[in-house]
Amino acid sequence: MSVAKPLPHDAAALHVTGAARYVDDIPTPANTLSLAFGLSTCARGTITAMDLDAVRAAPGVVMVMTADDLARACDVSPSNHDEPLLSDGTVHYAGQPVFLVIADSHGQARRAAALARITYDAQDPILTVEQALAADSRFEDGPRVWTKGDPDAALSKAPHRLQGRITMGGQEHFYLEGQSALAIPQEAGDMLVHSSTQHPTEIQHKVAEALGVPMHAVRVAVRRMGGGFGGKESQGNALAVACAVAAAVTRRPCKMRYDRDDDMVITGKRHDFTIDYDVGFDAGGRLQAVDFTHYARCGWAMDLSLPVADRAMLHADNAYLLDACRITSHRLKTNTQSATAFRGFGGPQGVVGIERVMDHVAQTLGLDPVAVRRVNYYRAMGDVAGGLSAPRPAAPPESISGKMMHADLASRGSQTVADDRHAVVAGDVNTTPYGMAVEDFILHEMTDRLLDKADYAARRAAIADWNAGSPVLKRGIGFAPVKFGISFTLTHLNQAGALVHVYQDGSIHLNHGGTEMGQGLFQKVAQVAASRFGVDVGAIKITATDTDKVPNTSATAASSGADLNGMAVAIACDTIRDRIADCLAALHQVAPQTVVFGDNTVTVAGESMTFAQAALTAYQNRVSLSATGFYKTPDLAWDRIAGQGRPFFYFAQGCAITEVVVDTLTGENRILRTDVLHDAGASLNPALDIGQVEGGYVQGAGWLTMEELVWDAAGTLRTHAPSTYKIPACSDRPPVFNVDLWDQPNPAATIYRSKAVGEPPFMLGVSNFAALVDAVASCGPHWPDLQAPATAEQVLAATLRAKGQR
Amino acid sequence: MDITFRLNGEVVTADTTATRTLLDWLRENRGLTGTKEGCNEGDCGACTVMVTDDQGARALNACILFMPQLAGKSIRTVEGIAGPDGTLHPAQQAMIDHHGSQCGFCTPGFVVSMATAHLNGRTDHDDQLSGNLCRCTGYAPIIRAAEATASAEVPVWMHDAPVTAAAPFAPDSADALAAWYQAHPDGTLIAGATDVGLWVTKQFRDLGEVAFLNRCADLQQITQTDDAIHLGAGVTMTRVLDAIAPHYPSYAAMIRRYGSVQVRNAATIGGNIANGSPIGDNPPALIALGAVLHLRCGEATRDMPLQDFFLSYGKQDRAPGEFVTGVTIPKGRANHRVYKISKRFDQDISAVCGAFDLDIADGVVTTARIAFGGMAGTPMRAGAVEAGLIGQPWTIATVEAALPAFADDFQPLSDMRASAAYRLQTAQNLLRRYHADLAGQATSLHAVTA
Repeated sequence: MSVAKPLPHDAAALHVTGAARYVDDIPTPANTLSLAFGLSTCARGTITAMDLDAVRAAPGVVMVMTADDLARACDVSPSNHDEPLLSDGTVHYAGQPVFLVIADSHGQARRAAALARITYDAQDPILTVEQALAADSRFEDGPRVWTKGDPDAALSKAPHRLQGRITMGGQEHFYLEGQSALAIPQEAGDMLVHSSTQHPTEIQHKVAEALGVPMHAVRVAVRRMGGGFGGKESQGNALAVACAVAAAVTRRPCKMRYDRDDDMVITGKRHDFTIDYDVGFDAGGRLQAVDFTHYARCGWAMDLSLPVADRAMLHADNAYLLDACRITSHRLKTNTQSATAFRGFGGPQGVVGIERVMDHVAQTLGLDPVAVRRVNYYRAMGDVAGGLSAPRPAAPPESISGKMMHADLASRGSQTVADDRHAVVAGDVNTTPYGMAVEDFILHEMTDRLLDKADYAARRAAIADWNAGSPVLKRGIGFAPVKFGISFTLTHLNQAGALVHVYQDGSIHLNHGGTEMGQGLFQKVAQVAASRFGVDVGAIKITATDTDKVPNTSATAASSGADLNGMAVAIACDTIRDRIADCLAALHQVAPQTVVFGDNTVTVAGESMTFAQAALTAYQNRVSLSATGFYKTPDLAWDRIAGQGRPFFYFAQGCAITEVVVDTLTGENRILRTDVLHDAGASLNPALDIGQVEGGYVQGAGWLTMEELVWDAAGTLRTHAPSTYKIPACSDRPPVFNVDLWDQPNPAATIYRSKAVGEPPFMLGVSNFAALVDAVASCGPHWPDLQAPATAEQVLAATLRAKGQR
Repeated sequence: MDITFRLNGEVVTADTTATRTLLDWLRENRGLTGTKEGCNEGDCGACTVMVTDDQGARALNACILFMPQLAGKSIRTVEGIAGPDGTLHPAQQAMIDHHGSQCGFCTPGFVVSMATAHLNGRTDHDDQLSGNLCRCTGYAPIIRAAEATASAEVPVWMHDAPVTAAAPFAPDSADALAAWYQAHPDGTLIAGATDVGLWVTKQFRDLGEVAFLNRCADLQQITQTDDAIHLGAGVTMTRVLDAIAPHYPSYAAMIRRYGSVQVRNAATIGGNIANGSPIGDNPPALIALGAVLHLRCGEATRDMPLQDFFLSYGKQDRAPGEFVTGVTIPKGRANHRVYKISKRFDQDISAVCGAFDLDIADGVVTTARIAFGGMAGTPMRAGAVEAGLIGQPWTIATVEAALPAFADDFQPLSDMRASAAYRLQTAQNLLRRYHADLAGQATSLHAVTA
């Protein structure tokens, strides 16, 4: 069977030869125009004058558009209709698009855009958490607060109590392929859009709205992205809308791609968070209560910030059973890029909060941080009555009350759905702070295996000895688990469609709503299709995601791509397979279930034929060989206001141990070794899944160490290119990097019992931060209070705090 | 102007302007879209191409490579790494077999870097690939692919020969350059274009009259005497690294982190000095060594201690029409050490770069040359610190006593790379590191293994 084979990425041979086409590589008609935005240099204020004469006069310029030139509002927000394509006269961040240049070439458009003379009546920008709180500048009326038990009483009764704060920076996606779009006008006002997007339906919706046409007049196609990581869930809207509007006006194809600096200045990044914690615990490190306050800097527009901040709250427990807790979440509006989706979608920030608590408690008690973590784990799967086989009340029907025209229902930022169902709460044993029973917790077993395989205890002792004899260099070792909830928290997004054709020669055309951004989704889903038909994956033609083929798709996000689309494709394949079986069974006068598909062969009544012969026979017998498939995740119910329900189908889990060395004179540091054990259920493709784990780890480690976003006092982003914003390079990977997959299937009924793997491994990078905390703590008796990102400067400061010198 | 060169085995002539980049020409004029634009400033390597000339094959960033620099050379893009009949290069096959591509956008650049390193017999994969960024894989499978490629034979098609071609705007000697620059004192000299390239791709500057220096063979000489190394201004940092390594391992270790392979293959020692950056990494190292700078204006030449060249931020002691011809470095300075501090270990601009060279006789400091980059508007010596050391016993007590003098020498700035306080503290701590280093204590993170 094709699933579970470690096949290469479906486009690997195209990647390595340079033949894989990205949006900017698509051959375009000779009359294609290129676009560039002119950007605000002011973080907050109003435009008092805009002299664009030099822009219009620049070589190659065909047209220059401002907001006044747009026939419609051209909103590009995925949530709140608060992002005009071009500034309406007020500017909200340095980098906001103010005007649009349409020129003969990309270079001409960029050069022309730099010639504008814009004057502003500038106001003091709101940049920091403190400034936003002081100005009460926020999204939603006030903070979201979820509570479990009586945290105040439990805190006051706890034998030990401490408070602290961890700040963590945002993160630039740095997808290697920048944002890009190409709009090609069709007859009768229709528009074809090629977009580097994780969310074709969102692009279709926003373009249709901007053009004033129904969605059926807009077709969006995506063959692949050069990386997404969440940065192409909503941030491609502006380019696609700009191209479509310009193409409609000029009646010529229009293309836009951001130069790297523009991309980094314009687009949103991971939300930076500050988390305050107040924790009560006993002498064994078991938490009695914890009170978290999250401060998320959301930037100027709402974008996806509410569900991001929700997911941070949903992961404030990570792997730990909290008997009493409060999670307060402030979603602060600042004059910076509008923070957006980024791998983990707030989950990593929530996880860092509680992992920080574990390290702080361990240091206070003088305990091994792993021991403190384990004493707080959720109970193991086998120790919880009921489990996944227990009957669960059916979810009440979904409500779409509050729907309105142009409601952005396909977006995670959708603001128009009041999910007013009553949440299903499954008792109070082993439940999350939001009332969901944890029935599939396997981190006890996983931790046992990882600690043993990585020889944790012996290495911890050896490191302590080594440090005692090393005054300048200090080593540290850290452990971090992750338990990550799988499903969109906006329940109705948990649906997917597929379209499968079998041709009379037995070749198979595969299409579904998921997008390929490098994660290997297309290959994994092709392996599912091949397995359903019992053919080799080479018989499957993978095709571009296309709103013409599968409509109303959800973003390829929330790690859901393979779970949702794999299941939808399996359903479509089974429909066709069953029709073929019915046909052959009737011809041979046997029962349909006796028809066997496998090894590229179909066997019926003792007779074998190739799959192609079977398909041809079915065709000649006038059997439809085309089918759609549709899947929706069962058993979900979630009330985000109350913070109660079952938002997730299951939890993906993993754990990692990282060893580091730190230079206490400069704070420079590096990883020495990393060991990972990650849970992908019964992997659809272990090679691709390990690729997600390795890559996710390094990206997570980068977020918490060298990747630092810096804005100046005027609100200008100073780290807007790879010369100043440093993602991990080759030599930053762990020189010893042992990655294993857990070997048990998903107890939940997912496609072939696999588990989602896109986001969860990102949080394994937290073990790098924990290791740095361990290393700097060895410098002295005091709490080092290491902050993230742990740049050399932050690490040096922490060593001084450990020594009591700061 | 017409520029003739070999592209993927075929001689081509391109009609181009002086500052058209190879990347734009490949993608827009030739439809060769395998070479990708990732950053347009030479920091990501997605646009890596292989360029062969009489000095051999090397990887370069096409996004900051101007077309006239290619005259007479042979270029191989990712489309030319596979054989003419489509046979995959061993590096391409290994990248497939080891799952080295995910999104695939950085992959062409990695493949070209790997194939070029393979051709050159290089197996220091971390160094060879330090100029290629990948955001998906975490690099481990790419390194596995590079390791798997090492033992394969170099495919025959990878051996390119240069072509004979005219080179517009490229004087062929220092004499010719001197004459041109006297006639065009406002012109722009372009050596490797690793800095000037960004003036065009990011700042849209009109460079005016330009002269490309890559044909001035007499500026590319490395001359060794018993007591000195002379580096011509046009010597690339790759060749500087090779020349320096036997004499100054600490300096060489810093050069290995200077840019990436692609950048070092293009960037020149003269360019790094002449552009006067306060954070260029060679000047502090060279100032600590007491290097002498050589300048020429027309027929007139003059020499000066390198430190005297840097007058103030953005201003050097260089007359109109005058250019750097080379630098002379003394040999035998056993106590010379260079320490570079940056957010990322490889291919990052320094927050602080400190260079130290003391003479110690009978346990007493007799001379001291300490220079820093990143601490002032120019590369600068730490005169007060030096004064605090000279004549004192070389002990940690002397070091500690000298530390406050750093604040007299330097009032650094805060920026996106580091705060002023961190810079000052680290500069002080680097003197402590120097003391520990000379005493043989462990100070290198890279000497530690799990």
